Formats: sequence, structure tokens, C-alpha cells
Amino acid sequence: MSSTNRTVVVTGIGATTPLGGDSASTWEGLLAGRSGVKPLEGERFAELPVQIAAAAAVDPGDVLPRPLARKLDRSAQFALIAAREAWADAGYTAPAGEDAGVAPERLGSVIASGIGGVTTLLDQYDVLKEKGVRRVSPHTVPMLMPNGPSANVGLEVNARAGVHTPVSACASGAEAIGYAIEMIRSGRADVVVAGGTEAAIHPLPIAAFANMMAMSKNNDEPTKASRPYDTGRDGFVLGEGAGVVILESEEHAKARGARIYCEALGQGLSADSHHIAQPEPSGRGIASALQHLLDTTDLKPSEVVHLNAHATSTPQGDVAEIKALRKVFGDDLDHVAVSATKSMTGHLLGGAGGIETVATVLALHHRLAPPTINVDELDPEVDADIVRGEPRPLPQGTIAAVNNSFGFGGHNVVLAFRTV
Amino acid sequence: MAFTQEQLVEGLAEIVNEIAGIPVEDVQLDKSFTDDLDVDSLSMVEVVVAAEERFDVKIPDEDVKNLKTVGDAVDYILKHQA
Repeated sequence: MSSTNRTVVVTGIGATTPLGGDSASTWEGLLAGRSGVKPLEGERFAELPVQIAAAAAVDPGDVLPRPLARKLDRSAQFALIAAREAWADAGYTAPAGEDAGVAPERLGSVIASGIGGVTTLLDQYDVLKEKGVRRVSPHTVPMLMPNGPSANVGLEVNARAGVHTPVSACASGAEAIGYAIEMIRSGRADVVVAGGTEAAIHPLPIAAFANMMAMSKNNDEPTKASRPYDTGRDGFVLGEGAGVVILESEEHAKARGARIYCEALGQGLSADSHHIAQPEPSGRGIASALQHLLDTTDLKPSEVVHLNAHATSTPQGDVAEIKALRKVFGDDLDHVAVSATKSMTGHLLGGAGGIETVATVLALHHRLAPPTINVDELDPEVDADIVRGEPRPLPQGTIAAVNNSFGFGGHNVVLAFRTV
Repeated sequence: MAFTQEQLVEGLAEIVNEIAGIPVEDVQLDKSFTDDLDVDSLSMVEVVVAAEERFDVKIPDEDVKNLKTVGDAVDYILKHQA
């Protein structure tokens, strides 16, 4: 058995999203074309230009016991809930070691978020100002640090091969999964819990994103606000939640008789080096990442039948992504069913790569591409086959899917999965 | 007003229940915060701050390390309350 370039497979999935408190209800919501976007309630949001968001369907405080929840930032709460589901879904019944299926030294945790414990930081600053120094929670630092979710998930499953947190804004979740694939491929671990989480629905991040003119201001029609590829799109809608997968070397999964969803082929990476927050309009950097994926895996464009696009519903970004895909895939893009699930979930920032990987894995597993909602008038510049209205059946035989994630800072991460 | 030993145990039990989720009836004088009541060093700070507020007493950081058991905390507060 070679310890390098090992085949990596997905054996478990978990999610808590604006559409549902687990992966099954999320998938159901995606297939039904349901929007998770709602008006923001409460006086603290009243002055904001943006008064909509895709809040989690199930509040994590209703799931986790209070003594645990109060020591975790909301982003870590989401990550823990999704990781527990994925861990059980992979057939593990206890933390590593206690469950003999995996040794702690061969288990890793790589969970990322885009902005970490921002609500903890802001809430504790309010405590400092209003109630004084003594009342600032001693849990503040472990709660706000961006590696908190990964570390807490690592503690939960007893991961000792390594706990990591790649941070690349809205590409963070995807970068975490790519990092995890490499951890297994290089022989550092046999099993890795990987994904993305985010919890940033707070007036400050919303005001800041809105002032960048990045967010939809369609407050009157929340469920129509996130509309990737539609001519009327005017920015993204902020979402929250987490998506987590269990990645495992193929031989490890087979040895314990685990159910295998699909193969995780690898990642393609690049950086725009264009602007700190604007997408590069020609899609040059995205094309480089896609080319890197093709150069470093045995993925063939002819077998790609589904794409879970980054497509956040911004005027520039949605088109740049499609241009890059056309450039790299050529005519092979014609047989790719493109889904922009952010039309339903909103944009989970660092959580996006996590929940969209879960959606991509389920699309291959069920051979069904979820729809993109709110495309009333397709932008003529979108030269690709967008799945609209109803879910689209995917072909039989060996099929592959790609999941794109890009982040402020010019980070491009593309992941590929293939049926086994 | 001064609190009785009974009132202090009852109050600390409610605080520990809120912070660590331990049933109030399990919070007894001989119980160790760390070993018996699932209160780690960070959560102990929370227990202390809540106790200061509830019992109108000051517990400086350097004294916190001596409060191993519920009984230690009760004795400390009995001795130092206003």
C-alpha cells in the first residue's frame, strides 16, 4: 500500500442550513426549490439598508445542551451539529479510539469559516462597554478564534493527526475540504472531518457588506432576492450554517465496510492577484484553478455532468465564473447541468464550500441536480446549461461533478467528485 | 445582608447548574468544582463572577485558586461578605 496519492472517498455527510437542520431536510429543500431567505426581525436591524438574510432553519441553541452551547460561538455550534451528523452517517458510533474503526492518531479535523467568531467578538464588546471588564466572558478567545470550530470538532471526535483551519473568505470551506483530501492523500491521516461553517448575521457585517454594494437590497421580496444568473440580480443574501463531510482513504473505508458516496478527486487552486474584493472580470484566475484541477487529477471534462457553481448573485461574479468554465471546458460545458444553490440557501461565506460539497455529493449519489430558483430572465451572457425550475436527472454510468468556491482576496478553489 | 451557609450552597448550586448543567442537588459542600462538577478553569471564572454579583462580595483572582470545593467557596464568602 502506497502512503501517497491514495484514493480519497466521501463516507459521511452532515449539514445544518437555512433549509433544514440536517442534510436530508436540506436536500429536500433544495430539490423543492425552496428559498431560505426571510426578513430580519428585531430593532437592531431596523436602520440597515439590507433587512433580509437566510437564517438557519433550526436554531443550534435548540439542539445543543445549554452548558455546551454557551461556550461555543454560533459558528462552532453549527460545525459541531453538522460534524456529529456526518460522523454518525459514516458509521462511527463514538470518538476515535473508543470506536475502534479509526485511531485518534490517524484522524484529522479541518473546518473553516470566513470570519470566525464575529458575533462573539461584537457581543462581548457590548458587554465590556455596558457591564464592565469583569463581565467579559473568559470563553471569549476560544469562541472568537477562527480555528475554534475545527478545534471543537477535533475534541468531539478525538482527532490527533492534525486540526487545521485554512482561511480564504468565501472559499474557506472548500479550501478546508481540499486540504483534508491532501492530508489523506499524503498519508498524514486516514480519516478527516472537513467542511465549512459561518454565523455572521449581525448588524455590523451586514452594514459592512452592504456598504461594499455586495448585497441584495430586495427587502420587499426576500425569497426572490438571491437570483444568480437572472438579469435582475443585485448582490448576495447572507446565509448561516455549516456543511461537513467525512473524507477517508478508500482502503480504510473498504476495510471497515463503510458506505461510499463517491470519490473526492482533488482540488484546483489559484489566486486572482487582481483586486482585494472585486472578481477578475475575464475569469482568468478561475480558469487557472479549473486547469489546475484537470492537471493534478485524472478528471476528464467529458465525464463532468454537474456543477455546483459559486454564483452568489452578484452582477460581475456570476458571469466571470461562466466565462472561465467555457474557456477551460469548451464544448464539454454543454453537458454540465449547472446549479446555483445559493439561490435557495443564500451565501454562507466560509460555510458555502461545506454545504455545497454536501449538495454536490448528494447530487451524484441521487443522480439529480437541484434547481436554480429565481431565474426569471436568464442573463444572455450566461453561456451554460442552468438547471431551472425542476431538479434535473443526471446520466447513469460513471459521472463527475465540480464544486466552485471563490473568496474576497482573490482565492479560487474548485473541488471534484466522481461516482465509484 | 449576610447570607447563611444554606443560602450560599443553594445560590452556588443554581450558578453551577446554569454554567455547567449539573443538577442543583448534586452541588454539595464536599464537591470539587473541577473533579465533580465539570467546572474547568475558564468556567470557574464565570462561577466566581456570578457569585460576586449574587452575594455582593469581591473574590480577587489570586484567591480563586484556593476555592477547590463548594465548601471552600462557601467559607470564603461567609468570611468576606459585607
